[in-house]
Amino acid sequence: MSYLPYAVAAWICLVGLVGIATSKNLIHLAVCLTVTQSSSYVLLLSVGYVKHGKAPIFFGTPLGSTAVDPVVQALALTDVVVSVAVIALILALALDAHRLSGSVDPDEIADVSG
Amino acid sequence: MSRRTRILVLCPALLGLGALFVWAIAGLPAFGDYRGPYGYVLNRVVVPLRHTTNVVMGTTFDVRGVDTMGEEFILLAAVVGVMLLLRDETRSRQAERHTSRLRTDAVRLVGIVMVGAGLLVGLWLMAFGYITPGGGFQGGLVVAGAILVLYLVGSHRDYRPFRDQHALDPLEALGAGGYVVIGLVALVSGTAFLTNLFGLGKTGTLLSSGSIALLNWASAIAVTCAMLLLFAEFLETYVVPLESEDSGS
Repeated sequence: MSYLPYAVAAWICLVGLVGIATSKNLIHLAVCLTVTQSSSYVLLLSVGYVKHGKAPIFFGTPLGSTAVDPVVQALALTDVVVSVAVIALILALALDAHRLSGSVDPDEIADVSG
Repeated sequence: MSRRTRILVLCPALLGLGALFVWAIAGLPAFGDYRGPYGYVLNRVVVPLRHTTNVVMGTTFDVRGVDTMGEEFILLAAVVGVMLLLRDETRSRQAERHTSRLRTDAVRLVGIVMVGAGLLVGLWLMAFGYITPGGGFQGGLVVAGAILVLYLVGSHRDYRPFRDQHALDPLEALGAGGYVVIGLVALVSGTAFLTNLFGLGKTGTLLSSGSIALLNWASAIAVTCAMLLLFAEFLETYVVPLESEDSGS
């Protein structure tokens, strides 16, 4: 049980990769990439969890009470911002690919050159 | 590579990766058995030293403030990238017009309530980010999302001020540049870049945490404008260009 959150993170990552590799649609592929990236949120937050710890926000909670690691939470925030940036770029590229080749299927686009 | 070969290559790769994951997880401390010193140290020192009750924000904008600056510029770079990819003068004229508008009053009413509620929640997340859960990044996304709902339920004209790049560009620059300027003020005054040198104020009030509050607002503005610029660029290229809106409808 104590390793379950890590296993969940690994599973989300693998499922996302399967989705990326078997995708027939660039938008679907972008969503699968987001799924893969979400595994890093689960991993970060579970690595920083302290047993019986509360959120590291000491408003109404006395200072010194057990709280989880704030560093990984700040990293998860970075992760989310980067994910948003990446997804915007990928969607823009997907729209461009559709304009040039008339398809959103990665296999059909692969045949287009120039 | 055909889809079949790709799946054949994928299977052993996934098995290998899965095995590596099992190996890695076996070496991790059990869930909840946190061993790093940094979390404990920060949870002890950030509130007394920085007068911010939200230690995550204290970490984001003070302890690792330089990283957050880089993060803000990643977002800026992505927006610039999308603009360069999408902006093509010949294309915006070919863009299809999707003019089917929403006609259901019930959906429109719920949408308008969502716009108001979303804006309020977003502004609250921004303003109290360094006291209660929230912060500029989260609040910025919520505010931009609420404004996009206005586009979905309102008319193009309602949304128009929020896709005006003459207004958004300087605001985006204010947000991203403001962060750097706050850092440089510390440098000019003779301390390290981004040193928290404004009055720390009373813990738990809006007038607390010194430069964290200012950096929080700078990133809130930068994130909101970055998102609105992204929406504007997608709308301009693929949904309804501003030019055709002027000539038609």
